[in-house]
Amino acid sequence: MTAIVSRAPRPRRAPPVPLFLFVGSLVLYVGVALWTGQTSQLQTDGWVGLLQRMVALGIVSVGQTFVILCASIDLSVANLISVGAVAASFIMQGRDSMMLPAVAVVLTISVVVGAINGAIIAGLRVNPLIATLGVGLVLQGLLSASFTDFAGSVPQAFQAFAYGALGPVPYSVLGLFALALAAWLTLGATRFGAHLYAVGGNAEGARLAGVRTNLVMVSAHVICSVLAGVTGLYLASRLRSGAPWVGRDGVYDLESIAVVVIGGTLLAGGRGGVWGTLAGVLLFATLDAALNMLGVPAYPKLILRGAIVILAVAAYAARTREHVA
Amino acid sequence: MTTTAASEGWPRSRAIAIAKHVNAAVVVFVVLYAIVGLLQPSYLEPAGFMNFLRRSAPLAILASGQLFVLAAGGFDLSMSALVTLTVIGGSMLADNNPDNTWWTIGALYGIGLAVGALNGLIVSFLKAPSIIATLGMLLCVDGAAMMWSGGSPRGYLPDNFRAFGRLVLHDVPVIGTFPIAVGVLIVFTLLAWWGLHVTVFGQRVFAVGDNPRAAELAGVRVSATRVAAFVISALSAVTGGVMLGGFGGVSVGVGSGLALQAIAACVIGGVQLMGGRGSVVGAVAGAFSLFALFTLLNLVGLPQSLRDTAQGLILISAVASGAWRLRHAG
Amino acid sequence: MSREKLMKRAAMGILAAGAAVAFATAAAAQNFDDPKDFAYAEQLLKMKPQGPEGKPWEQNLGGKEVDTSKYKKPGPYRICFSNAGVDNPWRVVGWTDMQAQVDAEKANIKSFTAADAEGKDDKQISDINSFVSGDSCDILIVSPNTTAALTPAVEAACKKLPVVVFDRGVLTQCPVTFVNPIGGYGWGIQTANFIAEKLPKGGKVLGLRILPGVDVLETRWSAANRIFKEKGINVVGAEFTGGDNAKTKSIVEDYIRRFGKIDAIWMDAGATAVAAIEAFEDAGQPNPIITGEDQEDFLVKWQKEKLTAFAPTYPTYQWRSAIIASLRILKGEPVIGPTWKLPQPDITDATLATYVDPKMPPLHYAMCGCKDLPGYPQRWGGKP
Repeated sequence: MTAIVSRAPRPRRAPPVPLFLFVGSLVLYVGVALWTGQTSQLQTDGWVGLLQRMVALGIVSVGQTFVILCASIDLSVANLISVGAVAASFIMQGRDSMMLPAVAVVLTISVVVGAINGAIIAGLRVNPLIATLGVGLVLQGLLSASFTDFAGSVPQAFQAFAYGALGPVPYSVLGLFALALAAWLTLGATRFGAHLYAVGGNAEGARLAGVRTNLVMVSAHVICSVLAGVTGLYLASRLRSGAPWVGRDGVYDLESIAVVVIGGTLLAGGRGGVWGTLAGVLLFATLDAALNMLGVPAYPKLILRGAIVILAVAAYAARTREHVA
Repeated sequence: MTTTAASEGWPRSRAIAIAKHVNAAVVVFVVLYAIVGLLQPSYLEPAGFMNFLRRSAPLAILASGQLFVLAAGGFDLSMSALVTLTVIGGSMLADNNPDNTWWTIGALYGIGLAVGALNGLIVSFLKAPSIIATLGMLLCVDGAAMMWSGGSPRGYLPDNFRAFGRLVLHDVPVIGTFPIAVGVLIVFTLLAWWGLHVTVFGQRVFAVGDNPRAAELAGVRVSATRVAAFVISALSAVTGGVMLGGFGGVSVGVGSGLALQAIAACVIGGVQLMGGRGSVVGAVAGAFSLFALFTLLNLVGLPQSLRDTAQGLILISAVASGAWRLRHAG
Repeated sequence: MSREKLMKRAAMGILAAGAAVAFATAAAAQNFDDPKDFAYAEQLLKMKPQGPEGKPWEQNLGGKEVDTSKYKKPGPYRICFSNAGVDNPWRVVGWTDMQAQVDAEKANIKSFTAADAEGKDDKQISDINSFVSGDSCDILIVSPNTTAALTPAVEAACKKLPVVVFDRGVLTQCPVTFVNPIGGYGWGIQTANFIAEKLPKGGKVLGLRILPGVDVLETRWSAANRIFKEKGINVVGAEFTGGDNAKTKSIVEDYIRRFGKIDAIWMDAGATAVAAIEAFEDAGQPNPIITGEDQEDFLVKWQKEKLTAFAPTYPTYQWRSAIIASLRILKGEPVIGPTWKLPQPDITDATLATYVDPKMPPLHYAMCGCKDLPGYPQRWGGKP
């Protein structure tokens, strides 16, 4: 019997969520800038600043998208980001010659961690929340035991990753969009992408159709971890050094999950995509910028973010008839 | 209906039956505590043991509450924020006046009820997966606590409020000292045990967690059961918060990380994630085991940071062995 | 659970520990134990502050004046502030001080815009860039989240605007002034000397610290430890409490049980000081000699129990000084720079009565210099 692998059927009349979020964010940003009279924020520098806010969360969220698409989750990303940042700056020690080895080491560590995550989830059948939480704790413990402060430093040349620009547009922003494009193509036009949607939509059915579900899941986790490592590299470049708390302070684990969900990728997997995630990241970045302009203190922002997360996921899931736990 | 009395040799099969019944977490706890006692004999004295119980009571209570939600197939991440809100809110409402204590505690339970009900309703009717729903609620409750207090608690907790977590009765026959916290722990876990293992409600919780569709067809009101589970979890968070505020006094980040610790405790106690199985004895023993482990690591002198590593490894291996047992069971 | 599983767990634990130990070739980037900085702090502690009497937030310890005439502008002014965050009570009190100061000077201030970085370096860099690229600021005040990471952003800002940095510094001298009190070394010296003075012979000291790697805290410990070593004082342990009351209590209880008696407690911050004292109470032990901080709950307890105590401060009034400096700069008036050292008073038995106030919230910092500001005490959560 030929294995027929096709994309999971798209829901009829699915609202173009990414577009709504994108337009909504723009309206919010422009509106607040006009209302507070800070029209200078609408010039090039202002827009660039807005896009720059997206980079760190954006890179890791693209990875988280892959994992959530196959009905899994990754809570270890924050600590892996810290590991990546510290390892990079520790190995580089400010020397140009050590840049490539450091990047190679960080990516290797990320692949290994991703593989471990995938193996524990797919092989040992451990619940993804617990598995990645456990791995994250292990990483945090090992990191904190070895480093208590910023370690080493990043050479000038590597700082170009975060601070360099092509004209007015920073390399990092270009990189983020290139990454998103690559991810979108992978998900939409490759067999792996199709398998990913299939596993997320109905793992048992996919397996029966001949998809190697375990491999798909491990690959998704590897991709997520690698992108977390890249985020660590970016942060090391931007902060000029890495410290064991950069991942945790940035709350990248919960926020990456939140933007993926807001972007329309259902937590039960099987539907959604990269552009939705990026639109979610843009929304959070816009909220930060807009609330800055308005001078709103941090506490109401927490409540606002929480409410957005709940409403967003409720809005998507409201059409579900099945029981949700 | 078969009887459980075995046909061959009564005492041996009796012993095996008992051994099978004893929760693995209890064994783990006893072993860990024995090692702790070897290293620091004062823990083996009644006063030392009572003190250990006093410290671990809040987590045990939180684990018992979280158990209901886990058994029903969900997660409650908002517990941490509710504990913080309880301590901060308690300090602001009671404001160092012992006359305020009782209605303050009542008000706090009221808030807990509302938060738990909201959690349950969002999951049941808005169909939001509980991980995300309670995550959103975590942010909201944290924000609310910070907004209410302006970032820093504004009152002292009166002494009679703090008695629940802090007071120790002396000159008690046999055991010498008896912390009130242990009393609260006993009452709460008895209630939880009764609720989960004796009542029909408890059976419904497991049924909903195991297979909601089947439960619905069997006539169980799935949504109501789920809401109740989240309410119980929230009430346990408030109780834990009262105890922690009592033990330690007023502070800002009290609840941080407690939800995940409670989940870890339940997991060690053999709860099946995604629902269907678990026990109060296991949850409580799991909480005690975690605390015994931390005490042990402290005594051994293992750096603080490696505690996280140990916790992570234990979490993974506990769930892995549970999953393994499930697949290889009959 | 089978014995094999238990042993497997134990083995994994040991492996993890071994791996971490092998890992631990830790490189600390900053030096928190610099003898030169230590000596400078000792010097500063002995200096008499110059400036208006009774207003330590306007006083300075030495330093020279900087000519700010090139920044002079007609008022009223637009002040922008990049705040690392308000994620601990010290910052909350400081932020309240700053807002009250702005309120007091509102005749001169057209707008005051603050951006809260929520404790994230990445966000604070973006916040500063936003302020610089927008052009609604006459001056930028920065309270950096970390020193090295924020340096490039501050350097970029300096090119367009006058910048005032306070609390933590940055690794550049480009800001017009860097306002801060004596700092961690001073704290360590004050507290360690107090304990050395009061400790009975052969007494045991327990050190309680919050977290490793925090620059402002590491210097406190390194200075105190230096003095403890010099004077041969027996420090039985230095534990990390994570700033958690329950953990602090547990740690102290365990130490009391282990050593039978602890004579003194040294703390690198005062948030959990009361919890430490309660541990002694619960264990039926006499109260220890203790150094805490200027939080009201500690001061209240000190007065009530007649403790042998000492409260160093890292004054929250520096948040006022940042605004004061900014206005002076924009008016072209001279300001102390490139570093403006504020006095770092301490609270002893003699001065306790002026600072203790049970009507203020428990985690209010008494050395806020805020009694004369509009809105006192309600703005800070106190009762009139």
